[in-house]
Amino acid sequence: MASQGNWLARAWHSAFAPIKEPEGFYRHRALVRLTHWINALCILFLLGSGLNIFNAHPRLYWGLYGNEGDTPFFAMDAFDTPTGPKGMTQIGSWQFDTTGVLGWSKVDGEFQARGWPDWLTIPSFQDLADARHWHFMFAWILVFNGLAYLIYALWSRHLQRDVVPSRADIGAIPESIRDHIKLKHPTGDAARRYNVLQKLAYLGVIVLITLMVLTGLTMSPGFNAIFPWLLDLFGGRQSARSIHFICASLIVLFVIVHVVEVILAGPINEIRSMLTGDYRIPQDKKDRA
Amino acid sequence: MASGKIITRRVAILGGFAGAGWLVANTDKLTLNSDFQRVFRAVEDWSKTAQRGLMFGDRLAREYSPSDISPHFKPNGTYNPGTPEYESHAAQSFATWRLRIDGQVTNPLTLSLAELRRLPSRTQITKHDCVEGWTAIGMWTGVPVGLLLKAAGLKPNARYAVFHCADNLTGEPAKGGEQSPGQYYESIDLRDAFHPQTILAYGFNGKTLEVPHGAPLRLRVERQLGYKHAKYVERIQIVEGFGHIAGGQGGYWEDRGYEWYAGI
Repeated sequence: MASQGNWLARAWHSAFAPIKEPEGFYRHRALVRLTHWINALCILFLLGSGLNIFNAHPRLYWGLYGNEGDTPFFAMDAFDTPTGPKGMTQIGSWQFDTTGVLGWSKVDGEFQARGWPDWLTIPSFQDLADARHWHFMFAWILVFNGLAYLIYALWSRHLQRDVVPSRADIGAIPESIRDHIKLKHPTGDAARRYNVLQKLAYLGVIVLITLMVLTGLTMSPGFNAIFPWLLDLFGGRQSARSIHFICASLIVLFVIVHVVEVILAGPINEIRSMLTGDYRIPQDKKDRA
Repeated sequence: MASGKIITRRVAILGGFAGAGWLVANTDKLTLNSDFQRVFRAVEDWSKTAQRGLMFGDRLAREYSPSDISPHFKPNGTYNPGTPEYESHAAQSFATWRLRIDGQVTNPLTLSLAELRRLPSRTQITKHDCVEGWTAIGMWTGVPVGLLLKAAGLKPNARYAVFHCADNLTGEPAKGGEQSPGQYYESIDLRDAFHPQTILAYGFNGKTLEVPHGAPLRLRVERQLGYKHAKYVERIQIVEGFGHIAGGQGGYWEDRGYEWYAGI
């Protein structure tokens, strides 16, 4: 494109020019792309506001109840010590000094008792009321966006065809694990499909988000009156709160692995496929030669 | 090649990411913006509509068995109103404490604790969910609020019951700063006021309600969060709207940014 004078326009054009068979194929349809990015934004806001909410009572319990006096299995607290206050994080019977990050960290240059530090929370300052507002706003968006995705993915059979592992996939799990350890990414025809670990990860994150919504609803006293069986399903409100937190942690783990895989597999090609839908099929080096 | 479609898509993609980036970069500013708070208000209304729509036949909150009662029940907010008047009531075991029911009623009432105790009572073992995230389970005994409101006779324009309390609470930090102290109060609508589990409790875990838990009278609204359960109740004011009371949002914490409908 001679008319595209500057480098930015050229880079944009070369990145987003349509890719046709046999070099590539149309991998992600518009609704999948759109819901993917809305979901990513929701997760960012839900995590940030969730950590701010968590700071109002930075302890986790198991069972029907849990409050001051009961023993948490996870806690982030500030303690006075002879050498000054310290932030301590407790997991089970282990305790770690996490001063400066967890339990006791700086806000506007001054230390304060705070579960998660201000650079992780939405809003950055401690504010349970507004963190809840952000949380519920994005929770509703997440739910409607997720339903749109699920209905479309089931109706178009995208879920059944591309995401649910086949019997052959299950047999290929050991091989796929070896490929992942060697950071070997599929090429040619194999790159037209998700590998089995990838399928399981995507299914897993759908399950995790569903659990997030259900455990979130289980913490609502209004919803408890509507669907009391959710309390039984998760073993009480405090267990539901802990599962909510554990699932959120697993989603963070998923996001980290997901982003690392995008970078390893070729970030421009991978990100383009989630923006325009077009995916260039990676070729084996020996085939290309 | 550079067709309209490509440009539109490019604009959509760039615009979408620029908008999302702006949103992420401005969360603190938006949080403190009173216009943006209206968006939050709309979401709250939507949550309330969704929950209320599913609460067919005024479903009950779960009631637990005595073995489920938690060993600890954290008193929160005010532990003792501490005013001379309250101290003197407490010293006399609240023998001269009076509950007033007034406002949009045909028959304003003033009731002593002894009179309230003679009325039909309800005992329930329920879960107390604090907005902060913790939970305690306790047994409450008290008089159904609906019974009192029926006795007072509601005028046609009655819509909310406002519970005025004896404690002045110092706020906790929010929105990056300290919150102002204020007299505690709460409000519920008539649907919750006439719910069978909505009681004014005078008994807790089989004993007389103690000062840290709101003696002599504490509201229980079992399908909402803990801050709705006003303690040290001395007056029920029936109103058409609560905009003229204190901060106008219908409760101490509501005036400080929390949801009026605390079902979530």
